[in-house]
Amino acid sequence: MRLRAQVAMVMNLDKCIGCHTCSVTCKQTWTNREGTEYVWFNNVETKPGIGYPKHYEDQERWKGGWRLDAKGRLVLRSGGRVKRLSRIFANPDLPTLEDYYEPATFDKDVLVSAPAGLTDTPVKQPRSALTGEPINLEWGANWEDGLGGAHERGATDPNITAMAPDAAARVKFEFEKTFMFHLPRICEHCLNPACVSACPSGAMYKREEDGIVLVDQDRCRGWRMCVTACPYKKVYVNHATGKAEKCTFCFPRVEAGQPTICSETCVGRLRYLGLVFYDEDAVLAAASVQDERELLAAQRKVFLDPHDPETVRLATEAGLPEEWVLAAQASPVWRLISDYQIALPLHPEYRTLPMVWYVPPLSPVLDAVGAAGLDDTDADDVFHTIRDLRIPVEYLAELFTAGDSDAVAGVLMKLAAMRSYMRARTLDGTVAEELCEAVGMSGAEIESMYRLLAIAKYDERY
Amino acid sequence: MPSLPEPSAELGNDHVPGHGALLGVRRFLTKETVGDHGRTLHQIDSGAWESFYRDRWSYDRVVRSTHGVNCTGSCSWNVFVKDDLITWEHQATDYPTTGPDSPDYEPRGCPRGASFSWYEYSPSRVRHPYVRGSLITMFRAGLARFGDPVAAWADIVEDPRKAAVYKGQRGRGGFVRASWDEVTTMVAAAHVYTTKTYGPDRVVGFSPIPAMSMASFAAGTRYHALLGGTLLSFYDWYADLPIASPQVWGDQTDVPEAADWWNATYLVMWGSNIPVTRTPDAHFLAEARYRGTKVVAVSPDYADNVKFADDWLAPHPGTDGALAMAMGHVVLTEFFANRQVPYFTDYVRSYTDLPFLVTLREREPGVYVADRFLTAADLGEDGPGAEHKTVLLDDASGEPVVPGGSLGFRYGPEGEGRWNLDLGGVVPALGVLGHATGQVAVDLARFDVGETEGGATMRRGVPVTRIGDQLVTGVFDLVLAQYGVRRGDLPGEWPSGYDDAESPHTPAWQERITGVPAALAAKIGREFARNAERSRGRSLIALGAGANQWFHSDMTYRAFIALVTLTGCQGVNGGGWAHYVGQEKARPITGQQHMSFAFDWQRPMRHQASTPFWYLHTDQWRYEKVPADELASPLGRGLLAGMTFADTVAAAQRMGWSPGHPAFDRNPLDLTDEAAAAGVSTAEHIVAELRAGRLKAVADDPDDPANFPRCLTLWRANLLGSSGKGNEFFMKHLLGVDSLASADECGPDERPRDVTWRDEAPTGKLDLLTAIDFRMTNTGLHADVVLPTATWYEKHDISTTDMHPFVHAFSPAVAPPAEVHTDYDAFLSIADKVSELAVIHLGTRRDVLAAPLQHDTPDELATPSGRVRDWKRGECEPVPGVTMPKLVEVERDYTLIGAKMRAVGPLLDKLGTTTRGITVDVTAELEYLRHQNGVVTDGPFAGRPSLSTADRMCEAILALSGTTNGRVAHEGFLQLEKRTGQQFTDLVEGHETDHVTYAATQEAPQPVVTSPEWSGSEKGGRRYSPFTINVERLKPWHTLTGRQHFFVEHDWVAELGEHLPGYRPPLNMARHFGKPGDLADGGVTVRFLTPHAKWSIHSMYHDNELMLALSRGGPVIWMSVEDAAKIGVADNDWVEAVNRNGVIVARAVVSHRMPEGTVFQYHSPERTVNVPKTEKTGRGKGKRGGYHNSMTRLLVKPTHLAGGHAQMTYAFNYYGPIGSQRDEITVIRRRAQEVEY
Repeated sequence: MRLRAQVAMVMNLDKCIGCHTCSVTCKQTWTNREGTEYVWFNNVETKPGIGYPKHYEDQERWKGGWRLDAKGRLVLRSGGRVKRLSRIFANPDLPTLEDYYEPATFDKDVLVSAPAGLTDTPVKQPRSALTGEPINLEWGANWEDGLGGAHERGATDPNITAMAPDAAARVKFEFEKTFMFHLPRICEHCLNPACVSACPSGAMYKREEDGIVLVDQDRCRGWRMCVTACPYKKVYVNHATGKAEKCTFCFPRVEAGQPTICSETCVGRLRYLGLVFYDEDAVLAAASVQDERELLAAQRKVFLDPHDPETVRLATEAGLPEEWVLAAQASPVWRLISDYQIALPLHPEYRTLPMVWYVPPLSPVLDAVGAAGLDDTDADDVFHTIRDLRIPVEYLAELFTAGDSDAVAGVLMKLAAMRSYMRARTLDGTVAEELCEAVGMSGAEIESMYRLLAIAKYDERY
Repeated sequence: MPSLPEPSAELGNDHVPGHGALLGVRRFLTKETVGDHGRTLHQIDSGAWESFYRDRWSYDRVVRSTHGVNCTGSCSWNVFVKDDLITWEHQATDYPTTGPDSPDYEPRGCPRGASFSWYEYSPSRVRHPYVRGSLITMFRAGLARFGDPVAAWADIVEDPRKAAVYKGQRGRGGFVRASWDEVTTMVAAAHVYTTKTYGPDRVVGFSPIPAMSMASFAAGTRYHALLGGTLLSFYDWYADLPIASPQVWGDQTDVPEAADWWNATYLVMWGSNIPVTRTPDAHFLAEARYRGTKVVAVSPDYADNVKFADDWLAPHPGTDGALAMAMGHVVLTEFFANRQVPYFTDYVRSYTDLPFLVTLREREPGVYVADRFLTAADLGEDGPGAEHKTVLLDDASGEPVVPGGSLGFRYGPEGEGRWNLDLGGVVPALGVLGHATGQVAVDLARFDVGETEGGATMRRGVPVTRIGDQLVTGVFDLVLAQYGVRRGDLPGEWPSGYDDAESPHTPAWQERITGVPAALAAKIGREFARNAERSRGRSLIALGAGANQWFHSDMTYRAFIALVTLTGCQGVNGGGWAHYVGQEKARPITGQQHMSFAFDWQRPMRHQASTPFWYLHTDQWRYEKVPADELASPLGRGLLAGMTFADTVAAAQRMGWSPGHPAFDRNPLDLTDEAAAAGVSTAEHIVAELRAGRLKAVADDPDDPANFPRCLTLWRANLLGSSGKGNEFFMKHLLGVDSLASADECGPDERPRDVTWRDEAPTGKLDLLTAIDFRMTNTGLHADVVLPTATWYEKHDISTTDMHPFVHAFSPAVAPPAEVHTDYDAFLSIADKVSELAVIHLGTRRDVLAAPLQHDTPDELATPSGRVRDWKRGECEPVPGVTMPKLVEVERDYTLIGAKMRAVGPLLDKLGTTTRGITVDVTAELEYLRHQNGVVTDGPFAGRPSLSTADRMCEAILALSGTTNGRVAHEGFLQLEKRTGQQFTDLVEGHETDHVTYAATQEAPQPVVTSPEWSGSEKGGRRYSPFTINVERLKPWHTLTGRQHFFVEHDWVAELGEHLPGYRPPLNMARHFGKPGDLADGGVTVRFLTPHAKWSIHSMYHDNELMLALSRGGPVIWMSVEDAAKIGVADNDWVEAVNRNGVIVARAVVSHRMPEGTVFQYHSPERTVNVPKTEKTGRGKGKRGGYHNSMTRLLVKPTHLAGGHAQMTYAFNYYGPIGSQRDEITVIRRRAQEVEY
């Protein structure tokens, strides 16, 4: 048993409005410079969609993360040392600029400097930010926003191709049968980071005190093994310096007790930051469980209950200040992951034990076409059951539970129960205990979960 | 939970991948501790390299500012500065709390605002004054020749050859830099010349939305006010104004703050895409769901907000009114007819006009139509206000009662203490059924069928009684007939049930029109009302531009408003309507208005409704194919027969309903001189000249060169790149450059009845277009002069919004760079130049303003029952202030304009301030400002409080307003107590000494005080919801009955068949103008909608590279998979949108999110970025493609001009034809994929 502390994040996708403020504030602060034009430490994707870079979730193609070998041992999907060294100068598993996008700029000065005698108004033409040549814009950092063009490409979303055929067939790219949600992504600051293991230069490391994964800019030699190894494609190459760069979890702010920029500027108020304690000695085993669908439970078990006196003792032994213990006990991340168990990891099957978790979106909207036959006898029964949910549970399961639909449905049931419970409370002041029991929670738990999700004061989010 | 596998021997360290391999290697390379399992490398002290990111995060200072004018979010931001350069901005999180049990406002913002700092150092930035080279060259030559800038200007604009040179070059490059001094001299010379020669009212200014930078707005409006210039409206022009609001409530717009959504338990988003367009506050919606609030989305597409909804209704665009009427049918049936809900019944009796009596007019033997409200005059009363006191029946006695609170009690000493909603124990009869002496058939308007836009009629029945010699019924009875809810055996044709698809306004009837399943419509209507019943009014409809910006949006809105008033939701926290289309609430409104419009020096100023102004002056009326009486209902009496929209504009202006500036075909400065010379009053002179036909209204002949608007100054605005509906007509007629329009002019039989038709349409009417901006927009490109202004991070100002109850600051994070000045200083320098030139050219002159009959004044009594009387047609005498505009004289010393701008004028000492009819003595505030701002030290205004800088202007605005100065609020409420006899001052108890200073707004957002300037109470930290004061304190609405109106009376309203809520479909553009093309031409004809964008705020940010990177990098048109397939278009193909008004070139975004038959071009692409030329063979002839307003042309709804009566009386940005644009259609075709720039 070796206790470590990790700063971690939970994003409640059910509240995400897809506004991208997080992306912009992050980019303005960290990557608005030469060499990182195409880099978004934080990006937001429209799902269903193929993402940024294209199809990054397709590990058959990109070889990111870990897998179990024939003997059940954890190995990097990108292969062993010999294989990777042999490809060090020509890595076929590396996304090209085309897989991200070629960043554009626009003519600088033509509007005010246009000479007299034009036959038409001057206009700023798009140009490659890299070459300065005119560019035909065909892809971008967020090309699929709002399901733009989704009917052409959406079916190749790796989460759909991974679904069972009957479930996949229920994903429609048709008006009134469509669904959509947003997926903001940063580096996962994994407990079992493939990027760190793949780095031949010793440049990548996971900070001992808080688990933040960083690239030492002095040491990075630009081998780019990290880019391949990261299944989330959240390590980027700065093409000006040739070195890898990535989300730093805003460590200069976190060290000063401030939330990350993406968290503090999140307009949907959906990001929670907190400290969690985990047993480093348990990481390997958790990452190595045979059945992918057990990975969620396994990872949850790696975390140590901060209220457990034994954990407190271990923390003290490990030299952590009392403040950290208190922070871990107050951590909204711990509550969402372990108390309420409504937060889920992104693609646990990558076996990196990611530390940015998500509350899946409820998106209850009823199929407008199917509404013709609706049962409208009781005007007080206003919510639909989660059977009617628009987003197929199986799709969410591919994202968050390695395909375990029941696990996702369990979370959605809790959210739905909370709404019904609170509706009764708000309208009539009644307490619907039967709703709580159905999802294995007490009324008090539901109400405290409601406060954390809905009222979500600044001090409770971070 | 499954148990974890025990680590096996095989999984020992030696076998951990990486450990034996790369990490083993790494051990030789690094000194760090490698984790025992080898997957992680723990580095305790990272050494020096991390300083790279630490340095990036460092900064020198953080300054609070915000964004505005074009965004109404009013978010407070922290701007970070390093080495005196702005680096980035993050949202402020220090809003005052909403309390422990509701979500707070932080961190309000959006990606657009987060990218603003890009503009600071961007190539789009205007950093120097620019002027068209040919123009400044001619001006310099003239100056050298004449030695007088005014003569130099005259020499250019009066010489057609010279004028053609620079006008023809507009938008075609050729800017040169010139000094501020030289450029402002030229601008001032143009203004002085125009004032002297044509009249000050030909000097026109436009700047929208004061709330989001009040001092910057005030700078230019104050300048124009002092000059006598014409100031154009924006709220009606933008079609953000919900005309139904003044019609129903006598109120411009008043809506709940965003945090009040939290209090709703049923929330319908109707045409409002909250995550995209109300981004900063969308979280309240997401969070309210967790409290158990049911959420419904009504949207024609699967918009971003739909994913938050429990139910999605997707009506065909523009048919929302039909859906709302059907929901109303369900509510009236199930909650009024079949079962009564005491909460609803009590509410509508007290707070709506439903119990009031309406006279019936016999249309044909035995068949009646509703006519007008019964008044005390009908009962034989002849005292003051009798014609404006409405009547109801006492349910107990069946006798008519004249309750207090109606307009007849609002003015004059007789009504003192009686203007309130206290019914004094009388229980009004809801309809006359219980007291009926009979029942009659009534004809009502319907618009879903019929040969013309005026539709047809339907025959139903109402119970009646006779009072005096009038046959009357109740508004409630008429409403039930209109909705098709039958009681007893009333005559007429009624729906057989919800499933009757033929008879309005059933669920099945709406399904045919909207495509929304009848059962779903009924279910939502029922749930909405049932929720309101259980929660006592906490059902809310959030409305957006998707529902509002249609030609007939007023009718659609009245159907929405009926839902929230029938169910007792209006005036209740968490309930009612929430109109979020331009959240432009200037909370400190008294100071804002009095300072902006220079009411401290003279009253009134020339406020002009933009839509009729541009309709006439950009000659869009010359292309009109829809005659005004096309809209008239068969129930009408032919009042609009033979008239065009231009004729209705002219008529409304001459009757004093709607403002007409410029007014006459003669300089108003000369009219006063002529009167003086003749020894008669100016009013007598003007009336005599008009009668004699020697003086003509501008609207009667807009193409007379004497009537052109000559100078236009735009600041805080992108008229020609964003808001100018009918853009291509602006190009041709106003500016005199190429246009993409191919529309035909009216044929001889399509021309106006009264307005003069000149065979040759003028082009290039405008002599000088001045743009003041910090970035180069399409407006700037076409301007003659571009003056560089400070950004939102470089100036002092204040911001407020509807969405939150705070006032907060703009502050300069850095000084304006290069030759950049603030708006405030720019107008001071222009005013100084004008004052200088005026010494020779103008001196002191008397001006005469033709001012319309004004809302919230006794002018509302001018036209009893809204009976139209046109003096020009001999129906009455022209009497200023009664049957024609008021004629108000103002003395202007043009040499002191600059000095007056810098001082608070003496009129406030004498008259105080007046807002919404409440006058407050502000002596104390003037004294305060003398100390806070200092005084003018020399000149004629020495000793007056100073307004020499923008921060002083902010102080004045804050000091003079009740929301920011508790003393003013308290005194206003005292005045209201006198008039109403009700108690209000306790609402500000404990806040009498609250005073928000500008410095405080820079510290943190400051909460406002409850004030009679608005209608909601914020006492005790309550969330703002409109009309809670009316409901709780029995304060009348500013309407005829003093209640919320279902029945709207005015002759022109009756003519259009719009007495009652109803459904009017989108205009049939294909029938009026012909189809722009179809599949045979390789195109598909679709509805063209312009919802608000995710990646821009109007045109702003559309040229911002961060937003371009997150979107498709230029103009796009969203279309459905089905429509794209018809014309062979794939995602990202180049397409052209073509109709008679213009051509757009854009990329297609094809998505199954879109419904077939409708395309979107999000408002508003910036024409300066990535816009190729049109195809040479197409209608655009190889010219630069247009933007969304290249597809539009204005249409004027006559009822929006109706005025002179009760709540239908003019106020600026309060009433006036909306610049609607949603009814438009276009053809989309695939074009060659090679494009040229």
